[in-house]
Amino acid sequence: MSSIVKKDATKRRSRLRPLLALALLVAPGAALADPDNLVEITRGKALVTAGDCVACHTAPGGTPFAGGLALQTPFGAIMTPNITPDSTTGIGSWTADDFARAMHDGRRPDGTRLYPAFPYTYYTKVTRADSDAIFAYLRSLEPVSNSVNRSTLPFPFNIRSSMAVWNGLFFTPGEFKSDANKSEEYNRGAYLVEGLGHCGACHTPLNAFGANKADRYLQGGVVDNWTAPNITNDAQAGLGKWSVEEIVQYLKTGQARGVIASGPMKDVVENSTAKLPDADLKAMAVYLKERGAAGPSAPSPVAASDSRMKFGEAIFVDTCAACHVRSGEGIPNVFPKLAGATIATQDDPASLIHIVVTGGQGAATATHPTAPTMPSFGYRLSDEQIAAVVTYVRNSWGNAASPVTADTVKTVRGKVTGAAD
Amino acid sequence: MARRLPRKDVAIVGLGWTGSIMALELARAGLEVVAIERGPWRDTATDFNIGTAPDELRYAVRHDIFLRPRQETLTMRNNSSQAALPIRRWGSFLPGNGVGGAGSHWNGQTWRFLPDDLRIRSHLTERYGAGFLPEGNQIQDWPMSYDELEPFYDKFEYVLGISGKAGNLKGEVQPGGNPFEGVRSREYPTPPMKQGYSQELFTKAASGMGLHPFPRPSANLSTAYTNPYGCSMAPCTYCGFCERFGCSNYSKSSPQTCVLPALVREPNFEARTECEVTKVNLSGDGKMAKSVTYIDANGEEWEQPADLVLLCAYGLFNVRLMLLSGIGKPYDFSSGEGVVGRNYAYQTGSGATAFFENVNFNPFAAAGSLGAALDDYNSDNFDHGPHGFVGGASITNAYTNGRPIMYRPTPRGTPTWGSAWKKAVRDTYQRVTNVGAQGSVMSYRANYLDLDPTYKDQLGRPLMRMTFDFQPNEIKMANWMAERCEEIAKAMGAKTTQLNRLTTPWNVVPYQSTHNTGGAVTGADPKTSAVNRYLQSWDVANVFVMGACTFPQNAGYNPTGTVGALTYWALDAIQNKYLKSPGALVQQ
Amino acid sequence: MQTDDRSLMRAKFAPSTEKPKHAGMSRRSLLATAALLITTSGATAKVVTKVLPWRPNEVYPVTPVVPGGWLFFTADEAAVVDAIVDRLIPADELGPGAKEAGVTTFIDRQLTGPYGGHDWLYMQGPFSSNPLPTQGLQSPLTPRQQYRQGLAALSAYCKANFGGRGFTDLNNEEKEKLLSGMEKGDVKFEGFSSRMLFNAVYANTMEGFFADPIYGGNKDMAGWKLIGFPGVRYDFRDVIDNPNKPYTLPPVSMQGRQAWGER
Repeated sequence: MSSIVKKDATKRRSRLRPLLALALLVAPGAALADPDNLVEITRGKALVTAGDCVACHTAPGGTPFAGGLALQTPFGAIMTPNITPDSTTGIGSWTADDFARAMHDGRRPDGTRLYPAFPYTYYTKVTRADSDAIFAYLRSLEPVSNSVNRSTLPFPFNIRSSMAVWNGLFFTPGEFKSDANKSEEYNRGAYLVEGLGHCGACHTPLNAFGANKADRYLQGGVVDNWTAPNITNDAQAGLGKWSVEEIVQYLKTGQARGVIASGPMKDVVENSTAKLPDADLKAMAVYLKERGAAGPSAPSPVAASDSRMKFGEAIFVDTCAACHVRSGEGIPNVFPKLAGATIATQDDPASLIHIVVTGGQGAATATHPTAPTMPSFGYRLSDEQIAAVVTYVRNSWGNAASPVTADTVKTVRGKVTGAAD
Repeated sequence: MARRLPRKDVAIVGLGWTGSIMALELARAGLEVVAIERGPWRDTATDFNIGTAPDELRYAVRHDIFLRPRQETLTMRNNSSQAALPIRRWGSFLPGNGVGGAGSHWNGQTWRFLPDDLRIRSHLTERYGAGFLPEGNQIQDWPMSYDELEPFYDKFEYVLGISGKAGNLKGEVQPGGNPFEGVRSREYPTPPMKQGYSQELFTKAASGMGLHPFPRPSANLSTAYTNPYGCSMAPCTYCGFCERFGCSNYSKSSPQTCVLPALVREPNFEARTECEVTKVNLSGDGKMAKSVTYIDANGEEWEQPADLVLLCAYGLFNVRLMLLSGIGKPYDFSSGEGVVGRNYAYQTGSGATAFFENVNFNPFAAAGSLGAALDDYNSDNFDHGPHGFVGGASITNAYTNGRPIMYRPTPRGTPTWGSAWKKAVRDTYQRVTNVGAQGSVMSYRANYLDLDPTYKDQLGRPLMRMTFDFQPNEIKMANWMAERCEEIAKAMGAKTTQLNRLTTPWNVVPYQSTHNTGGAVTGADPKTSAVNRYLQSWDVANVFVMGACTFPQNAGYNPTGTVGALTYWALDAIQNKYLKSPGALVQQ
Repeated sequence: MQTDDRSLMRAKFAPSTEKPKHAGMSRRSLLATAALLITTSGATAKVVTKVLPWRPNEVYPVTPVVPGGWLFFTADEAAVVDAIVDRLIPADELGPGAKEAGVTTFIDRQLTGPYGGHDWLYMQGPFSSNPLPTQGLQSPLTPRQQYRQGLAALSAYCKANFGGRGFTDLNNEEKEKLLSGMEKGDVKFEGFSSRMLFNAVYANTMEGFFADPIYGGNKDMAGWKLIGFPGVRYDFRDVIDNPNKPYTLPPVSMQGRQAWGER
């Protein structure tokens, strides 16, 4: 007799789930977790999702939150720490005060300074209550012993005390203060975007010291050789043409208005925003829409007679149009729309070059599992050809942006393929 | 020695259409599912990159994504008095390999069989008398009716997003559709594809002859579509690289586009690729499957215990795995007894080539399922009495491609090389079309599968032996159909036509069809079928067998629609009957 | 034990997963790569679970043939093959022939690859001496052996029957007559089937003349231009929308066309 007979297949999963949760709580290392604190832990888990902590604190193929991912910074690679409650290699010996100090002041329990690759410049706005809930959730995880080399930065950046100066210049500690003139929803959105969501970490350009330029907050940046576009309400470069509902749909499903999340935003959507409550997404959208607009004025498009445009058009027609369509309109849910797409017209063309060279997988979410994937063309197109087709996409169907040179393509290609510069 | 792995609820052999659908639905039902696939993982952007996919030499000629005969092939002969020899290079049919299976390199023609096809023995006997059936036949009724299968045809078509026009909606005949088809509960999920100039001529000519042409049902989609699993597809661009190719732009229904994105999200599913299942291991009394043994890419052997084993490989290889594992009694030609290997059948191909003047057919603007078809001569839609044969064919005018290594027709009598050939190739390419008949093949005592006594695969296991030839009934039918095709071709306005009769004896060299059916047929009687009406092995109750190997005989259609319907039908029985009370679902 | 050519091919063309390549590797790609490498209970299978596997730069292109020199043929063999393909598809008022289109280079490179050794085919014995015509390929000879032995046999035949001349020394009429005889199998070579050689060269000539130029033949898409095949364009919605119109756009190959600019 088959063993299946004893199982009610349709109910099995739901029966298993509470069991798994219980197992977490009673696992040896989880003894630290306070079973009476289940509500706090659940709340903390939601906040950890909002902060997308797992994205950085997990090594390739490693246990979630056990650290070991190499984060690229302009100053060298930083390995992310283990934040499971292991007492020697993780944060098992930390207290809630210690944790709040890291979140709010960017300091370890011994007082030494953290690097802002850990976005404490944003997390400083997180309330103490939320910090404690996050800590409670992390304490409920199974401790994982994983020793991470935390000293990978080259001299002089390896001198952590130098961060005191940096903090003096670029860090404004302090919890989030709501704006009494704005709605509760706006303030909720502001708290999430400016704090845990740390959206500005990518969507704001960096200065020479690796700090976000405060005067260009959310006006677009570059991360991992991807363009993080302007997400102010700017009509030309930002979210000006997006409705609140479209922004919510994008964050929830990874797709809206013919745009499909890819690059690092794919991970943000899959690990974080797709799992957030709709009310929080709406609050973030309301905040982004109401906060204001800022961006460069649109340049005039490159003339159609330009040789790069002619070459680019031929390449586009022969290679790209079978998916993105001759008119650049794309196909809903599968092929991004290029006509009028802000990612195509950001001043920095990194994303376009990057995705043509390496390809790129789109976000996969519960309602849109397809993860439409751009094939890699780095093997097929020369630097000149990629420059031409990207220039064409940036300056067709009403798009207007600076032309792209073969040298720029060469530089990006070197970084994203590991090829020599 | 095989190392034992932790038990799973379900082990699935092969991750193509049937395996991926089973895996998704059973994982969603809460079962731990592992799919074991001998080929590699394949996906659209990586393996079907638009810059590498349209490569006729690599894929259509050298068979890059197909099963390599070195790994497994069959031996063949035309009758049991001959010595079978290995099919060293694929020709007449082309088995797939890898995740997606044949579902990634198919053309996409997605038909339903007719109600009469499923009770064909009863129907023919009632209409013409038992003596009308051909000599040596083993034609048998399917153990389920069209009405029972209809909801599952519908489900499969909606997962694939099939483009077509209903001909019979809830009993009402619909203009523009196939009036002969069985009753449909609703319209196709997407409208029919656009047709080319040649199909325009065909439709006009056939209509004028009183026939009933319609756009054939297509898995190359006419519009963007999101299926019930949330998987999204794009409209077909008529590129003409479907059969033998993966689709670059998400416009051909495949496990990749329709099922796998949803499947991988199920946390209790995993796929192991480049792992070849070599055997299903049975309990001491042979009545239960305990596990499957497989060999991984490093040549190491593993045993995967499971409560339920689903054979979802290509039909022919399901039959071989049954023979190698001792599931069911092997068919013995000399005694006529046994069931595994019984009733192997195939497909006929015949028709007419039509040469026009002053036209631009643009054959490269094509798709695997683009085409106009008619069913007036299919199944028993016409009176067979005067003709002396049973069975029929769907008649089609279509371009699946204009790829020039393999497609460059010239009129008969043209030199095969030299300047005269060159001129003929150039002058013919744009002005030639074809009216083709894809016909049924009945089951016969003399056409069967068994294990070869001489030839082995790389692992030392016997290859399967195919003993097959077209029988007089099929030859007569196919050649009569060729004449019907020629009539239509002439009515289309062809300047000259050529009759293409069925090539006999069956020859393994030219490509004909990968519609290999039978060998593990479904039936009501365990003496003449290997699986019951739920596709459950009569002998080993926790083994279910998917695929066209379960067809009792073949009809005049492509098999995938029916394979998909049977999969959802069997799935329904597993979910609603078997899991509640494991054991034989039909008492012997 | 089984080997899988495809794995080898992946290793050859795919970016290595071993290479520490953090720069520019997105977070997602790391997760997806992990999915391929996770092992279950020690099994070395490639396991896919949770996410669709994908890695940046993952693509499996063929290596473009660089014309020049011979990798398999001797210079004499290549000259004979050139002379044969030149008769099979001659240059004439309709355009270049097989020789001009690089078909000999195509065949040379094909013979050095898996095709040349029948690497993917079932080549286990026993090999029957009297197969049925319906049973297809049953020879133990690989294409490399067929060319090497067949061309030698042709050469010997010519020397013996044309007063010491080689195939390349024959005039066109003599060449064509001999090729016709080989096609029909009427010409008997010493120790080799003339028809087998003809069939091999014939099949490969048609392949080379009409395959993508990336393989060394069909130079400048001459074969495609002859019949009006547009190549790898992959989008003919405009053609379907405009039935029975001549197609006027130039063909495109996997490596593009002139209008793409500098490579």
